[in-house]
Amino acid sequence: MTAVPQPGPDAAPLLEMTGISVAFGPVRALDGVDFRLHAGEVHALMGENGAGKSTLIKALTGVYPVDAGRVVLDGAEVAFAGPAQAQAAGISTVYQEVNLCPNLSVAENLLLGREPRRWGRIDGRGVRRRAREVLARLHLDVDPASPLDSHSIAVQQLVSIGRAVQVDCKVLILDEPTSSLDADEVAELFRVISRLRADGVAILFVTHFLDQVYAISDRTTVLRNGRLVGEYRTAELPRLQLVSAMVGRELETLEQLERVPAEPASQAVAPVLAASGVSRRGAIEPVDLVVRPGEVVGLAGLLGSGRTELARLLFGADRADTGEITVDGTVLPMRTPRDAISAGVAFTSENRGAEGVVGDLTVRDNIVLAMQAARGLRRIPRRAQDEAAARWIEVLDIRPPDPDALLRNLSGGNQQKVLLARWLATGPRLLILDEPTRGIDVGAKAQIQALVADLAREGMGVVYISAELEEVVRLADRVLVLRDRRPVAELAGEDVEVDRVMELIATGHGEPDAERRGGADWEYGRSDA
Amino acid sequence: MTTAPPPVVGPSPVAAGGRAGRVPARFVPVLVTFGLFVALFAVGGLRYEAFASGQVLLNLLIDNAFLVVLAVGMTFVILTGGIDLSVGSVVALSTMVTAAMLRAGWSAPVVIVAVLAGGALFGLAMGAVIHYLEIQPFIVTLAGLFLARGLCYLIDLSSIPITDPLFRDLSQTAIPLGEDMFLTPSVLVALAAVAVGAYVLHLTRFGRTVYAVGGNQQSALLMGLGVGRARVGVYVISGFCSALGGLLFSVYLLSGYSLNAVGMELDAIAAVVIGGTLLTGGSGYVLGSLLGVLVLGTVQTIISFEGTLSTWWVKIVIGLLLLAFVVLQRILAVGPRRRRAPAPAPSAPAGRTDPPQGDG
Repeated sequence: MTAVPQPGPDAAPLLEMTGISVAFGPVRALDGVDFRLHAGEVHALMGENGAGKSTLIKALTGVYPVDAGRVVLDGAEVAFAGPAQAQAAGISTVYQEVNLCPNLSVAENLLLGREPRRWGRIDGRGVRRRAREVLARLHLDVDPASPLDSHSIAVQQLVSIGRAVQVDCKVLILDEPTSSLDADEVAELFRVISRLRADGVAILFVTHFLDQVYAISDRTTVLRNGRLVGEYRTAELPRLQLVSAMVGRELETLEQLERVPAEPASQAVAPVLAASGVSRRGAIEPVDLVVRPGEVVGLAGLLGSGRTELARLLFGADRADTGEITVDGTVLPMRTPRDAISAGVAFTSENRGAEGVVGDLTVRDNIVLAMQAARGLRRIPRRAQDEAAARWIEVLDIRPPDPDALLRNLSGGNQQKVLLARWLATGPRLLILDEPTRGIDVGAKAQIQALVADLAREGMGVVYISAELEEVVRLADRVLVLRDRRPVAELAGEDVEVDRVMELIATGHGEPDAERRGGADWEYGRSDA
Repeated sequence: MTTAPPPVVGPSPVAAGGRAGRVPARFVPVLVTFGLFVALFAVGGLRYEAFASGQVLLNLLIDNAFLVVLAVGMTFVILTGGIDLSVGSVVALSTMVTAAMLRAGWSAPVVIVAVLAGGALFGLAMGAVIHYLEIQPFIVTLAGLFLARGLCYLIDLSSIPITDPLFRDLSQTAIPLGEDMFLTPSVLVALAAVAVGAYVLHLTRFGRTVYAVGGNQQSALLMGLGVGRARVGVYVISGFCSALGGLLFSVYLLSGYSLNAVGMELDAIAAVVIGGTLLTGGSGYVLGSLLGVLVLGTVQTIISFEGTLSTWWVKIVIGLLLLAFVVLQRILAVGPRRRRAPAPAPSAPAGRTDPPQGDG
């Protein structure tokens, strides 16, 4: 890796964003965030779901209008109307999905829209020559004439970087480019990034893999809940401190939940869910998980650690490659969510808007949706629908308490409650909640957590996923810690505490067998950040 | 990442899609169509004595010149992932307008220019509605189909003969080719349309954008390409080709009639698909569409040579061929994807996205 010209604190940054605020309706996605980027550095932007990473990038490239704050590029204040303008000013973005045309050749993808022309027609020889130059700059041994979709995602990702840097590129934004790459491919990508850094390109790198941050970045900026937590020199930032900066400590005084720990006898109770060796390639390595009635099992891990992937496997939303899942002692075929639902498993997705509620239906319709699905074509009488809606609106304190309100007009917290109501109305044996409190206000968070505790007390088994460790630790009887798509440890009883979980997430340590992945040259900080 | 295992798959697993003499996968459908055409022709030649003559081959072009032109326009539309159902009706309307204007005493060149411009405008209107109002091409061009067909009846309910000398000359001109073979001017027009179509698709930015839009419209937009221009432009081209096809049809029949070319849009679509163009867009060649028309024509010729078979056998064979080609495309499209690295878990994007916390 090339020696990095470390810009002193006085060197003027190439890009400086100060006091950036972006709001979507009442929700503040970014709140007075500062961000600086120097030429010739790789700057990691870290944060959990909803921290505002993508929003910051989109505010910079003009996808979202900035409500407050200023952006200074190369000493001049700028405000872009869209990505095309940003690109013209030298800010190129490579997204997590490859935004190229798979049906065209590598050369064409590099040069579409700016092909060299002769006499008004595309100069095929010129296209290939320019493409070869770009590929050579990236040290990519790829035939420019080969179709893009004959290459792996990694190569396609590199081609899109090639497209981004071939014009005069000062700032290169890489928005989670590594999320679908394997280790070798990441190494290849990092080689290219290092070359570009040596060329003086300022690189903004968004990822959720800690190892990658330490492998490539010079500095790190952490966001949480739309606010700036801090900017650090990566080499001087202990992992534990980074994780705690990302995850944060919830200082709001939530009502202290009186969790009666699972009774010792519960070990004898037949589990409601038992998964053994469940895995899926590229999503999660084999996991064993047991949930007994009345138990809350937390899944802890960073974004991309496999927590959502595991939940989807348990529900049958994705098919497991290996392993077996039993519910109440019966092996599930687990081909589709239908199998899981009919066995009494309910699942609320973290992606509430796209995979949960139906915005154009009323609260009542949304609540009876799963009941209706269970009944097939037989209609649920209107009276029963009204009763169900009224009951759950009251139990969950859904506001406004109007069964005819359109769901999209409800706040995020109330949408989440409706989603919960839908599943609770089917009387599930096992409830899988993926980030049920994401993006909702503190009051609704507390209500939902209290509800989960109540449901467990009544004998339901719960799998609870949240990016906020405090929440997981407060609710869960046991916590399964995931890291880099594999289970690291399962904590129970006294061991379930935030520091311990955080340590496991940061290091994979805790058990002596931990240091599997070499190459990390960070200090193992025990500081209680 | 220091102790990475030996690379199982290098960074560029397939350095060349078609090096070492292998045919690139994207040419396979066209070659299959070509092979099919040769095979069909050979079958005809073996069964019927008079079949395997150069003139039968040329007659395929002479009798289907207008269909070739339509298929060229349709190829553009289908490459963007769209569809144009209006072309048959626009052909009929063009024959009616041509005949009516000539009857009213307009000069032939003026009529030709007016009809071509009218077809392009008709396509422009449909393309604009499709792109700017974001309405499905299927329904917009279906409306165009009914509109154009209805306008025919507005002009005249019965057939209008064409007596214009230029059209008569064009209709009767035979361009000799060798000893006892000949071509018509319509064939030259059709072949020119194929050549121009291929040029535009492969050697202009507009043409490459057409492919890009068909490959991934969202990406094309993010690449800053003229997506709107391409999406509207292909319907203008298709409208123009329909009008040109209508003119050739007028020359062929020397009349205009409201019931001309009923269902011809489906023949054009069938030819394009048999020619190897993906209905989902992004892959295909006008040369393939020309071959597709020739395959359809050969099937028709064989069955008419047979004599004892009814004409609906043509439809049955074309139906089977169409089915076979769509299945073939599916196999070709799925094959390489399976061989590549397994698709990332569909769940993964959901787990990775970082959407603004708007929540509706």
